Amino acid sequence: MSKKEDFVKFDKVDKSYDGKVLVVKDLNLDIEEGEFVTMLGPSGSGKTTCLMMLAGFETPTNGEIYLDKNPISNIPPHKRGIGMVFQNYALFPHMTVFENLAFPLRVRKISKEDIEKKVDKALSMVSLSEFGNRMPGQLSGGQQQRVAVARALVFDPSVVLMDEPLGALDKNLRESMQYEIKHIHESIGVTVVYVTHDQGEALTMSNRIAVFNDGKVQQLSSPDKLYEEPVNSFVAEFIGENNTFAGEISDISNGSCKVKLDKGEIIANPISVKSVGEKTTVSIRPERALINPKDKMDNNQKGKIEEVIYHGDHTRVRLNLLGNSEFILKVPNSSQNLDIKLGNEINIGWNSHDARALDPK
Amino acid sequence: MSSEQKILSTDGIPLEESLKKAEKKNKIKAFLLVTPLLLFLIITYIVPIADMFSRSIDDKMVTNMLPKTYKAMEQWDGKELPPEEVFEAFYLDYKILVKNKTAGKLQTQLNYEKNGFKSVLKKLARKQKKFEEGNYKEQIMKVHKRWRNVDYWRAIKRRAPAYTYSKYLKGVDMYSNEDGKIVQVAEDRRIHRILWSRTLEVAFFVTLFCFLMAYPIAHLLATLPMKYSNLLMICVLLPFWTSLLVRTASWMILLQQQGIVNDFFVWIGLVTDDNRPEMMYNKTGTYVAMTQILLPFMVLPLYSVMKTISPSLMRAGKSLGATPAVAFFKVYFPLTIPGIGAGCLLVFILAIGYYITPALVGGASGTLISNQIAYHMKSTLDWSFASAMGLMLLTGVLVIYWIYNKLVGVDNIKLG
Repeated sequence: MSKKEDFVKFDKVDKSYDGKVLVVKDLNLDIEEGEFVTMLGPSGSGKTTCLMMLAGFETPTNGEIYLDKNPISNIPPHKRGIGMVFQNYALFPHMTVFENLAFPLRVRKISKEDIEKKVDKALSMVSLSEFGNRMPGQLSGGQQQRVAVARALVFDPSVVLMDEPLGALDKNLRESMQYEIKHIHESIGVTVVYVTHDQGEALTMSNRIAVFNDGKVQQLSSPDKLYEEPVNSFVAEFIGENNTFAGEISDISNGSCKVKLDKGEIIANPISVKSVGEKTTVSIRPERALINPKDKMDNNQKGKIEEVIYHGDHTRVRLNLLGNSEFILKVPNSSQNLDIKLGNEINIGWNSHDARALDPK
Repeated sequence: MSSEQKILSTDGIPLEESLKKAEKKNKIKAFLLVTPLLLFLIITYIVPIADMFSRSIDDKMVTNMLPKTYKAMEQWDGKELPPEEVFEAFYLDYKILVKNKTAGKLQTQLNYEKNGFKSVLKKLARKQKKFEEGNYKEQIMKVHKRWRNVDYWRAIKRRAPAYTYSKYLKGVDMYSNEDGKIVQVAEDRRIHRILWSRTLEVAFFVTLFCFLMAYPIAHLLATLPMKYSNLLMICVLLPFWTSLLVRTASWMILLQQQGIVNDFFVWIGLVTDDNRPEMMYNKTGTYVAMTQILLPFMVLPLYSVMKTISPSLMRAGKSLGATPAVAFFKVYFPLTIPGIGAGCLLVFILAIGYYITPALVGGASGTLISNQIAYHMKSTLDWSFASAMGLMLLTGVLVIYWIYNKLVGVDNIKLG
């Protein structure tokens, strides 16, 4: 069976709650069947609103959402056949775990034997087979979360929506749940739309990530591309750590450009700049800048160490470089030690390819 | 180290003892803090109920008036006419009563027990002055031929115990007859049973109406944004800030035949002017006024429970494929049961003992058992009967509470 492209499609969707402010602006988004797409963004960026529109709890002010080519704006939530995992689990507290899972099957009038089979299968999928008779209140947060996931999947929906499902869990549990959800997704191949504000979560789990800001998708691409090749300064800033230089293009030619800063000049990779004189923000990932590089690099600068913070597996070094006193370096602790001491001047080098000249902030 | 070994605190006293010592002061302080309330409850609640109970079963009056008779009667088996000693004792007791002019009470009490006793006793009161010493049996039996009837003597003996449950039997339209059997009163005199069933009926329907009206209001209160829900909450609580009498009186203005509601019905052509329905001084008036007055007691517990139900639960239900109606009845409604239980219990128990409203707007067909109690307190002055009915009401409420506890479980109640 070939996978359907644009299985879920947002077509020019606008959403406004009060008629004054657009929470979602001209949203276009295609999701392939079986894909794990994460909507990532700061709070208030419109990602949850998008999810609610897809689930049917909000209606688009303008535009249309298609599920498998059918417009769904006028279909009530209970007829959409979309599973959903809620932020606070939303397990029915008066039903046992078994009854919670049987609920979507019972309302679909499925025979008793089938219900039992399916519920057992779903419970063993989240390794909670022994817990069918417990009440949700008797389970730990992680177990409740797994029940919620199993419940959203038990009726074989074509799409499952997850609204910050791991927000209430502690860090270790959250990480193991991330892998668990990812594995479940891989084994059953359901389409997942996941909402989170935690970029680590998004990077670990997703096939593609849609970064939301200000009601718009800033970038939709795979996690590695998103990290390595952000298309604008918001994405660069939001995903991972980032060193920035604000400046002006002084020269641009075949795949590289010169950026004039307040103090000095650097060579960068022109991404969203086209002509001389444009303002720009240059973004460099901390791990792309090296201390005393062995190979020749086309940017070489001297910086003064202002702060050294030990982080276990690596050391973070804050430099004052070209007038930017927030320049961060990550130095692996295995590397034979370079002269990292407070107040020292060191040589820093990076490739112009990794210095991305983006839109000005 | 064995677990039996006592742990000592640093000064060598066993830890348990020093802990008790340290906490004793706190315990005394805590007790002193609650003492005023405890005394208040004992004086205003426990003592009156105990007093009510003793009044309702107290039957010492007759016993105290005929002490010698009852002593003599102890030997008598009640099958045939009593022996001479009983007659003599009765004569001596009765002589004192006549002399003290308290014989009337005895006549009334014994007449309750056996019809026609009063005239017999009155005649004896007149004749006994001329009695000669000795052979009182012959002399008394000569006064009236009914003294030869053993039933009258049995009637006296029945009043021997200092305590009686006859008031309770009267409360359910029963009495114990001459043979000591418990039977119903004549059909046309069974008024209390009608009142009991009417009280239960009114309480039940008032509870039902309150529930039907309060549920949507409480739901609205729990889901509206704060600024609207506060306003609505004030509207719900407003009746609490108005005197009960004022509220009942305003219902009288609204519901009477020439009242506003009837005027409105005539105006919109629902009824003709000469055929205005009676909405007051009957059960309708009781229903309307009591439902309105007791409504907040239903809204508040429901609201407090609904407030805690996350809106995402309904969403979850819908996203799992349940229609809004199914999601409501399978998910939302079961979660509100603790509030429903609390509200219904509260309203039902309040309604079952309601007094002012039915007294004012109830009329003859809308009076409840509480009005009957008040009637016996104020008009007939039969306090023991009023006490008995009050206790029966209290017992009824406790039984309802017990049934409720069995069905729903009191720990499931949530008042807020």
